[in-house]
Amino acid sequence: MEKWYLMTAVVLLGLTVRWTVSLNSYSGAGKPPMFGDYEAQRHWQEITFNLPIKQWYFNSSDNNLQYWGLDYPPLTAYHSLLCAYVAQFINPDWIALHSSRGYESQAHKLFMRATVLIADLLIYIPAVVLHCCCLKEISTKKKIANALCILLYPGLILIDYGHFHLGLALWGVLGVSCDWDLLGSLAFCLAVNYKQMELYHSLPFFCFLLGKCFKKGLKGKGFVLFVKLAGTVVASFTLCWLPFFTERAQALQVLRRLFPVDRGLFEDKVANIWCSVSVFLKIKDILPHHVQIIVSFCLTLLSLLPACVKLTLQPSPKGFRFTLVSCALSFFLFSFQVHEKSILLVSLPVCLVLSEIPFMSTWFLLVSTFSMLPLLLKDDLLMPSVVTTMAFFIACATSFSIFEKTSEEELRLKSFSVSVRKHLPRFTFLPRIIQHLFIISVITMVLLTLMTVTLDPPQKLPDLFSVLISTELTSANPPLLLRKTGPELTSVPIFLYFICGTPTTAWCAKRCHVRTQDSNWQTPGRQSRTYT
Amino acid sequence: MAALSVMTGGGSWFLALALGVTLLKCLLIPTYHSTDFEVHRNWLAITHSLPISQWYYEATSEWTLDYPPFFAWFEYALSHVAKYFDQEMLNVHNLNYSSSRTLLFQRFSVIFTDALFVYAVHECCKCVDGKKACKELTEKPKFILSVLLLWNFGLLIVDHIHFQYNGFLFGLMLLSIARLFQKRHMEGAFLFAVLLHFKHIYLYVAPAYGIYLLRSYCFTANKPDGSIRWNSFSFVRLISLGLTVFLVSALSLGPFLALNQLPQVFSRLFPFKRGLCHAYWAPNFWAVYNALDKVLSVIGLQLKLLDPKKIPKASMTSGLVQQFQHTVLPSVTPLVTLICTLIAILERKTSF
Repeated sequence: MEKWYLMTAVVLLGLTVRWTVSLNSYSGAGKPPMFGDYEAQRHWQEITFNLPIKQWYFNSSDNNLQYWGLDYPPLTAYHSLLCAYVAQFINPDWIALHSSRGYESQAHKLFMRATVLIADLLIYIPAVVLHCCCLKEISTKKKIANALCILLYPGLILIDYGHFHLGLALWGVLGVSCDWDLLGSLAFCLAVNYKQMELYHSLPFFCFLLGKCFKKGLKGKGFVLFVKLAGTVVASFTLCWLPFFTERAQALQVLRRLFPVDRGLFEDKVANIWCSVSVFLKIKDILPHHVQIIVSFCLTLLSLLPACVKLTLQPSPKGFRFTLVSCALSFFLFSFQVHEKSILLVSLPVCLVLSEIPFMSTWFLLVSTFSMLPLLLKDDLLMPSVVTTMAFFIACATSFSIFEKTSEEELRLKSFSVSVRKHLPRFTFLPRIIQHLFIISVITMVLLTLMTVTLDPPQKLPDLFSVLISTELTSANPPLLLRKTGPELTSVPIFLYFICGTPTTAWCAKRCHVRTQDSNWQTPGRQSRTYT
Repeated sequence: MAALSVMTGGGSWFLALALGVTLLKCLLIPTYHSTDFEVHRNWLAITHSLPISQWYYEATSEWTLDYPPFFAWFEYALSHVAKYFDQEMLNVHNLNYSSSRTLLFQRFSVIFTDALFVYAVHECCKCVDGKKACKELTEKPKFILSVLLLWNFGLLIVDHIHFQYNGFLFGLMLLSIARLFQKRHMEGAFLFAVLLHFKHIYLYVAPAYGIYLLRSYCFTANKPDGSIRWNSFSFVRLISLGLTVFLVSALSLGPFLALNQLPQVFSRLFPFKRGLCHAYWAPNFWAVYNALDKVLSVIGLQLKLLDPKKIPKASMTSGLVQQFQHTVLPSVTPLVTLICTLIAILERKTSF
């Protein structure tokens, strides 16, 4: 493409920002006995290098599953093994069995950060660049600006424990959108085998590819494609899980580690429906465990069905991207055991639609970064998060002129407003409402950040913050991504995301010490586990 | 909303560049810093806790004050803000004190004072106009100049990682250059005089300033072909320039003249005892000279032309800052370097 030098500058800027952010503290630094995610990653290298494959997922004297046991699919384990070989070459003390627990040094930090940066450089960044280059109907400058904004998205920079799976998923999206169906589905299968959270994205992939098969005709090319895809999926899964197919017990144990359904509806404070509702109504105490699972399953399915059906009937790359957003958000809002960091799985598809609805996407991405603030503060990342958020906001504002493009047409709310105007002819002020809501939302986020950093919640009125903020937010939250490609039902999950005022009520729940952990679940000596 | 859209609309690329680089500077806060960090902390301590008469005599730390008085006053002003961050850094005896608050204060002081640099770049860009109208932003000379100056990575590394205050000093210089371009010569001269009393290393470019002001300001008119009109010399202008420089110098050195400390101040400002080359050689002519001397001495030893007992070992490459003698080639004194510099400048001036 022309102006390749500008794209190079953008990539280099993205790398510089990532590296400077990684100079800060990491999760669990200097906090024995459990430390944090950083120690988890190091521990997996230790386990995979020193123990045979059969013992990786089992509890044993050498492998204490309570201390950061492996709970991601095999590809994560293989990746850790690869890093372990490099670590062995540089300094074997880093991964020595047992004795390297809690190992912390400047050299080791450099090594771990380097592995993350290399993974980003090889997988994620090329995918972003290729995605932006393949965008249609926009100028070269806009493509480069798009790449800049996506690479500056703070969430992925600050939570830097390797975005291998997001990079692979992005390759999957690219492949499937550009009609390289087999390669795309292979990439996505690898992503799922890296982190099971990618299943959030699996339904849109399935529906899109199924829709393509239907379009090509069930008797003929469509059927051939279907068989080829099925074969690719089966082959990739078999290849990844081969060492675990030797015994039934092995495969079952791995599955049990991947999907811990015993753990309860949610853990910690997360910006989804269950946590928000529990501020007012203690769901965990009202509903029994198995009912919680069923309710969560049904709501998730109901909220994502319309978009998926539509995608199957009318497959298109644009619809595919929007459906990815919708499904990921449904899962995030209603699913079982969602962690704060799972918002990244929603943010990635939103980054992909940044060029189509810049205003709403920017707003969502800002709020999603803010929703992770408690986690970031715990890791001492206040300065980098403020700086990267501001940089992202400036980049989006200047690249897309988001404040100028807020007409109904550009916000993709035309069909919604038209249908409302049938009953209320004077309803023409939706864009202005949305602009004002945006400003209020930004001001609220800034205030809440300041308050979190400087104040403690008042002892006498522990619910003060939550009441104030929930009332403000429930009264004013626009439906994001109401789009003309789908009926209003598809906007339900996204509407609910805002209407719960979820990021903020989750924040207040945390600040006001609202009990959200299941008291029946005893996890001795274990902190709330990151789960992305 | 309209205000926001105006701010972020087209034509605000300068603001985006300035904000962007400022945010990058904030991200560089936790990076490595050199001994210059301790140098400036020490100067904050000296200027805050000691009376003026002690400033150029204080030697508790090895990093003594060796910048002109205006910079000392600048550190004094900063120290009044520093006391709200961490009082301990202002103690002269707290050598190598670098708490997180100290680091934050120091880094932010550099970032904040860079505002002058940003303003100066803005002024320079106003003086630069492309001859043909360019539609493409990246081809406009203003844009290119802004990027090259604001995002200068050498400056970023030296100021925001290594730790120095070059940003705002360069801002002063660029501002004075901009004023000269805008034909506001007196302001330009004043700003340069002030700059000299902040960091005397800018004496390097003083001859250029002197000759330019003489030619463009003191000679008020030109002949039709552009050459000099000798009888248009204005003594008034020459005297006013001289007076400006004199007044600025008086303000700066006055207190020390009154205290009879001028020799001490000059010995601190111009430390010729440090030797021809610094610990880390600058890539200049003397580095080549030293290297040549080294090579010749090695060859001389091999060919047995030189007596090994008379040659000092590893004198120049030991990384120490000291005076020494050359072995084969003639030794170089400060006077010699001055003469060489003047000859080189004069040669430039005649062609100008």
